[in-house]
Amino acid sequence: MPRYFTQDHEWIDVDGSDATVGITDYAQSQLGDITFVELPAAGSAVAKGDSASVVDSVKAASDVYAPVSGTVSEANAALEDEPELVNTAAESDGWLWRMTLSDAAELEGLMDEAAYKTYVEGL
Amino acid sequence: MSDTYKISPDEIGEPDAGPLTLPLDGWHRARGGRMVAFAGYWMPVQYEGIIAEHLWTRAHAGFFDVSHMGQLYIAGEGAEAAIEAVLPIDLSTLPLGGVRYSLLLDANGGILDDLMVTRWGTGFYLVVNGATKHDDIAHLRANLPEAVSLTHLADSALFALQGPEAFAALAPLVGGEHALSALSFMRGASFTLGGVDAWISRSGYTGEDGFEIAVPAESAAAIADLICAQPQVKPIGLGARDSLRLEAGLPLYGHDMTPDVDPVSADLLFGINKRRRGDGGFPGADRILPLIDTGSVTRRVGLVLEGRMAAREGAKVLWGEAEVGSVTSGGFSPSLEKPIAMATVAAELARPGTQLIIDVRGRKIAATVTPMPFVPHRYHRKGAA
Repeated sequence: MPRYFTQDHEWIDVDGSDATVGITDYAQSQLGDITFVELPAAGSAVAKGDSASVVDSVKAASDVYAPVSGTVSEANAALEDEPELVNTAAESDGWLWRMTLSDAAELEGLMDEAAYKTYVEGL
Repeated sequence: MSDTYKISPDEIGEPDAGPLTLPLDGWHRARGGRMVAFAGYWMPVQYEGIIAEHLWTRAHAGFFDVSHMGQLYIAGEGAEAAIEAVLPIDLSTLPLGGVRYSLLLDANGGILDDLMVTRWGTGFYLVVNGATKHDDIAHLRANLPEAVSLTHLADSALFALQGPEAFAALAPLVGGEHALSALSFMRGASFTLGGVDAWISRSGYTGEDGFEIAVPAESAAAIADLICAQPQVKPIGLGARDSLRLEAGLPLYGHDMTPDVDPVSADLLFGINKRRRGDGGFPGADRILPLIDTGSVTRRVGLVLEGRMAAREGAKVLWGEAEVGSVTSGGFSPSLEKPIAMATVAAELARPGTQLIIDVRGRKIAATVTPMPFVPHRYHRKGAA
């Protein structure tokens, strides 16, 4: 299952037309202690580049952008009680939402893991 | 991801000038401090994490580098009267070593800064905010008579050690004429610390017992090492400094008070000493003194929010459908584990218990007007055990 990354520090796992989205470990480390995650509702349509979620840390509220367009199928309910999962497991249990892609071609502009690693090292 | 709000965006240094470094710059970096531009300087926003640092300070002792703040010394023939002409302070009741909160006001009663004034033997020691210090110095110099000198103590570092174990951590390290235990809240004296002269006052910005410590910049790193070697002490960044002061109900200049806000609206009347409320004769008195009687149109209040989503500066406060104010600072309270905020609201809605609504990015969050401090102060007041 390929994983892609955005320049805004989201990751997206793609399995056919289904995908899971979260923020990267680098992103959570920059945000610090996360206290609340505002998640998109199941069934809502998101467009690539739109703010789909907000991650609230002690110091700031940060938008999370949809890496690709599609329809949200599920939000991570575990984050309601445990928003700190985004700190402790950003790239696994701390996922934000699942979605159905509307245009798989949009994945083409995203980075793979190696490219993202290089990108972060350059920041 | 992109930050829609960062700590004090208006205090971030001019990008072309570039932030300056403080005496402990390398010290912070060596301890893993994440450095951000703040008030024109590189400063640590956090080390291990804001919540952990916040809770450590409430339980033990936190070491804060606040060397960005302006330390000023005012002296000379007529200094006392000259200071009373620019600040609404009553110096006649300020004893030697006494520390008092005051406000720098413009002619219209707007707040230019908040500050601490201490009586030294030969003059007065002022601590002002870092982001405003150069403006403050210019304003004061323009308003002090020729015989009164203002010196910017730019070669002095300033630290704060805050928390219930601050006394136990600091007491064994200081020497001099007095014991540290001689200091009660808002009193200061000269000590020696790590072999150098230090001015130490029992004061701070967290609501906890604690100390503010001025030392020569060239000794800053050695003294920071000395204090942080105590088992009760960890270094604490700006992030926790902000969440601690918010819980303590202490306003932050540039956010909860600005030149557009008068001291009555800002609920800072304690910054205008009693004698001056009668005598006046300070900048803005013509506007402020009547306001004390009539009350202001708006007022600074504390709000506790429902749920976990924090409201940030600028969020609108609603009463029903009507916009009645805005959040001036807000965030998640690590001690209470819920979001809290300060806001300016219509004065008739300032009563504790009043139910308001905050619009956070289109979401309507219920909020209750709550007396401040949100977390009780634990100052070491004179006469207390």
